[in-house]
Amino acid sequence: MADKTLERKDRSDLTQANELADRGITHTPRVDILEDDDKLTLVIDLPGVQAKDLDIRFENNELTLSGRRASRSAGKPWLVEFEPGSFYRAFRVTEHIAGDKIAADLKNGVLTLHLPKVEAVKPRRIAVKCE
Amino acid sequence: MTQIRIPMPGLWHELGRMQDELCRVFGRQGNGAAASRTLAGPGVNIWEDETTVYAESDLPGMSLDKLEVLVADGDQLTIQGERIADAPAGVVWHRQERGLGRFTRQVQLPAMVDADRVEAKYEHGVLRLTMPKSRAALPKKIQVQAG
Repeated sequence: MADKTLERKDRSDLTQANELADRGITHTPRVDILEDDDKLTLVIDLPGVQAKDLDIRFENNELTLSGRRASRSAGKPWLVEFEPGSFYRAFRVTEHIAGDKIAADLKNGVLTLHLPKVEAVKPRRIAVKCE
Repeated sequence: MTQIRIPMPGLWHELGRMQDELCRVFGRQGNGAAASRTLAGPGVNIWEDETTVYAESDLPGMSLDKLEVLVADGDQLTIQGERIADAPAGVVWHRQERGLGRFTRQVQLPAMVDADRVEAKYEHGVLRLTMPKSRAALPKKIQVQAG
């Protein structure tokens, strides 16, 4: 009995990826990563995912994205080429990112994440004064 | 016959996807070759009940004027379109995994459908089709007469 409790505790410590994998298929969504002077932008394909089913975290310079997509069935299946399920993806961010200013926008199954850089790492243009 | 055919489109589709993946890795040289290539097309799920055929396809980030759905000969479904890059100029790309460009996908439906009554909805990046079966394809009860 004690063993069981321990086991359960260990399990709860597992990463989110493992938890999600336990419940079925875990997809790795496709992503584009772009950078300009002010920010990093991540563009992620998440068809069929709604904001309420999406979890985005930024901790210790690691950005994780996870969630679940409801499966749909109507009648009996005739052709099955993809199965909705869980998704998970993690990114290590090396740039200095202002974690509290991360903005997320989900539209037409595409998630766009804006990660603004902290002021100190932005390239600064120095105006040269003539006297 | 129909039963045997079921896994094949999925398999071909997977091969097509692998090809896309390889093209993406080796072919993106910025010479326009990748942009003009036709992708193997999105995956499609199809269900049916007695009266209707349902289809669903993942098409994230499409604009509706670039998406076309056709039903030919009563049971040939074609989904085609183009996903266009909307990346601003002057950015550095660290990763590019999302497929862009033209795609065409053709699937045979399990039954003849009434093309005039097909309903297509695009929600959260998923195309959902509801296709009522044509009257000829509906099951008919035959009265057996004692003779």
